[in-house]
Amino acid sequence: MSDKIETLSEERIAYLEGLVRQARTAAAVFSQFTQEDADRIVKPMVLAGLKQAQHLARLAVEETKIGVMEDKALKNMVATEFVYNYVKDKRTVGVIREYPERRLVEVAEPIGVIFSLTPITNPTSTVLFKCIMAIKTRNAVIFSPHPSAWRCCFEAVRIMYETAMKHGAPEGVFTCLESHNLEDNKYLMHHKDVGLIDATGGPGAVKAAYSSGKPALGVGPGNTPVYLEKSADLDMAVVDIITSKTFDNGTICASEQTVVIDDEIYDIVLDKFAGLGAHICNEKETDILARTVIDPATGYMQPMAVGQKATNIARFVGITVKPKTKLLITPIKGVGPEYPLSYEKLFPVLSVYRAKSVEEALKVCVDVNHAGGLGHTAVVFSKDESVIQKFGEVINAGRIIVNSPGSIGALGGVYNDMVPTFSFGCGTGGGNSTTDNVNIYHYLNIKRVARRTQAHMWFRVPNQIYFNMNATENLRNFQSKSTLIITNAALEQIGHVDAVKRCIPPGTPVRVTIIPDAEPDIKIVKQGVEALNFYKADQIIALGGGSVIDAAKIMKLQYEFPEADLEELAAPFLDIRKRVVQYPTVKTNQARMIAISTTSGTGSEVTPFAVLTDKERGFKVTLADYSLTPDVAIVDPQFVMSMPRGLTVDTGVDCLTHALEAGVSIFASPYTDSNAMQAVRMVFKYLPIAFENPKDEEARTMMHNAACIAAIAFSNASVGVNHALAHAFGARFHVPHGRANAVMLPHVIAYNAAVPTKFMPSPNTRAYVAHKKYAMMADLLGLGGHTVEEKVQKLVTATEQLLDLLGVPRSIAEMGISREEFEAAMPDLAKIAFDDPSWRSNPRMPLVSELIELFWSAYNGRGPKTTEKVASKKSVEEMVTA
Amino acid sequence: MTITTELLRVDPKDIAQSLTDAREKLDRAECDAVLDFSTVQRIDPAVIRAMEDLAAASETKSVKIVLRGVNVDVYKVLKLARLAGRLTILD
Repeated sequence: MSDKIETLSEERIAYLEGLVRQARTAAAVFSQFTQEDADRIVKPMVLAGLKQAQHLARLAVEETKIGVMEDKALKNMVATEFVYNYVKDKRTVGVIREYPERRLVEVAEPIGVIFSLTPITNPTSTVLFKCIMAIKTRNAVIFSPHPSAWRCCFEAVRIMYETAMKHGAPEGVFTCLESHNLEDNKYLMHHKDVGLIDATGGPGAVKAAYSSGKPALGVGPGNTPVYLEKSADLDMAVVDIITSKTFDNGTICASEQTVVIDDEIYDIVLDKFAGLGAHICNEKETDILARTVIDPATGYMQPMAVGQKATNIARFVGITVKPKTKLLITPIKGVGPEYPLSYEKLFPVLSVYRAKSVEEALKVCVDVNHAGGLGHTAVVFSKDESVIQKFGEVINAGRIIVNSPGSIGALGGVYNDMVPTFSFGCGTGGGNSTTDNVNIYHYLNIKRVARRTQAHMWFRVPNQIYFNMNATENLRNFQSKSTLIITNAALEQIGHVDAVKRCIPPGTPVRVTIIPDAEPDIKIVKQGVEALNFYKADQIIALGGGSVIDAAKIMKLQYEFPEADLEELAAPFLDIRKRVVQYPTVKTNQARMIAISTTSGTGSEVTPFAVLTDKERGFKVTLADYSLTPDVAIVDPQFVMSMPRGLTVDTGVDCLTHALEAGVSIFASPYTDSNAMQAVRMVFKYLPIAFENPKDEEARTMMHNAACIAAIAFSNASVGVNHALAHAFGARFHVPHGRANAVMLPHVIAYNAAVPTKFMPSPNTRAYVAHKKYAMMADLLGLGGHTVEEKVQKLVTATEQLLDLLGVPRSIAEMGISREEFEAAMPDLAKIAFDDPSWRSNPRMPLVSELIELFWSAYNGRGPKTTEKVASKKSVEEMVTA
Repeated sequence: MTITTELLRVDPKDIAQSLTDAREKLDRAECDAVLDFSTVQRIDPAVIRAMEDLAAASETKSVKIVLRGVNVDVYKVLKLARLAGRLTILD
């Protein structure tokens, strides 16, 4: 600002400030107008412009000495009638577009004061166009016309302003600088109250606009290549090119500059041009034109030629042509500084190039495009869709005009359905911010009113779940031509496999594949897939704990989708709906999967998860996709009656952790809550009994069901930070999953029940409810307490008492891990726990420092506020009244 | 010194005149003015000019001009016209 104040007089600054104040006031008042108010003003302006089209065209030609009056009149009509036709039904005030399915609404906000530069080549049409856009969008404009087109522009602004005022526009909505001065432009371009610069003009004006630091619409220079391909309608192409290139003596910057013609049709095309009034220049004439109409130093056209008739240019440079010559055609043999006529020529001189092949033609068009016309306009004449498509791909132009005249085609609305404009955005290639035909939407700030959306939720479970003692008998319902049972050696030895076989319909071919009772390894999976392929299995029965069922899930995945890349499918994701890697859907083979669980914890028989290790390459991945969910789950307690006590405890605590975490998850829903809450109730009631009396059939049955029900909950609501901590700790110190969960559990309940340091972003959660959900669980268990805090505390205590009853180590220290060893492991533990996807559904977003605190709490043992000592079995049972 | 406050209702049919009257009262006496805009739905450039004059006069005389009952549309116009900061707007 300071340099401008130094170079402008105080009077001039006062004058410019007055213009801005007037425009600012008009824009402020305009902001109150409705759509109807704006539309009521636009129509009479359009009619006034149409009425004065010839008058303004005549003024423009007289003043600028450029172009053709008749064509300028047509341009004025396009700038009014065609633009009106486009804008008349468009909403530009208030809500302009609605997307109900996205709960999104777009609302228009005017820009305010626009500083607008208008060109010498299309002076009045550009003013008419911008005035109509400004009123339609409730903006005020300060015009700065090209100095050689000031009078005609001033007259166009006057006509528009008086008409607009007469129909209710705010006073001062259009103003025009009274004289042209580059310093005035600089001052206004930097003025704080100017919201947008709309610069239609030469490269200098556009560059100044963009350099101002203000938001600007600038129009880059053009150099339109045309590819005239041999399949084109040649008569139409030649007429279109002549029409376009001679329109207003070639002043539209989208007009054709170099026509690249296929060798086969080159001579025919030139004959047609000549037959319709073009003069085909010989080598000498071409050379004369190259030296005279283009500045050899800059490659820019000489101003004296711009918008002049072909005959005048010929006379000026000393070329003899027929009196009615419309166009001078100059054959060139290349593009670039050595061929000046390959650059932009806003006058009726058109270069032509003979191309030996499509490839060569496209390359020359690319050269022309890059010789000063990037982002602007290009034209192709062809009936070959592949040529048109390739042209569109290789040419960088905001407007690629097909089988139509370039200049009038680019204006839009006449030869095609592009938006009518007098301002061509040229994208970054032309140093512009848009490739659009500049239109009303560029004169608006479009606001998005985004209403809260909820993520779609679901509740997915296996198609069929059979439960209670001897539920395996339901296998009789499933016909199969080839069944493969996947299990482990121990289960075969104790007769479980035979128990299953007895329930399979007689005559069904059944084979058994024994796998180790450990986390499935890639080698084991491969062997299983080989067996499935060999026997062409159409039914897989997975009989075992989580490891066996997980292995069977992955075998089925590889059997049905042999191309599936397990490592890729295990790619991490934040939201399963938006995951990058999608699971395959087209199956090569198809097999029904029936999962029969022999432990009461993981719930793998109903979950969409499977863990896989590759010992050779040293990786372990968790696969998660609903396609992994077994088709049928059988929850038959006959297989858990002999489960050892240690396994009963580990799996039971795992089940409790699943239920507690699913209950407070950010993905919890009424569907999962009902399962999570019920599972919590069942575990508190029946786990102590199953622990004390393993032969108690009811307790075993209910615990087996609880594991499945909790798994249904976490399959759909996921788990939380307890699992993240347990995974990291368990893997590092080789602690069974259930025990690792147990040692964290009371601390995690207290942690989640406290006010979070960071909330977890979740559109489906309306408030922080984890503490209330825990209180609800405490109520369900009949633990008592009056306040939410008391109830949470009761739940922590009850959990601790249950764990004590089960004889689970209650601190990491108790597990024999030294403080030094634990401290040394802490950086890794914290990092791994933070990378674990489990906590992403936790109600509270954990900070790494909080994970470390939780680890240390678990190390030291006992819940933060628990004072009660080890409970007896009786006291736990007494608490559980539900 | 006692400063009196003049309460002036703005006539929605002739807002500019109401403001001119307010300006004259300011010129005659050292008093704050409260202008009731509660019936004003929309303002035009002439009103803005009159308010600019009023704001300038209040700044010169160190008296306060308070606008009451300004609706949000008019308030936005005053913000865009850079007048909101020069006047005291209540409600």
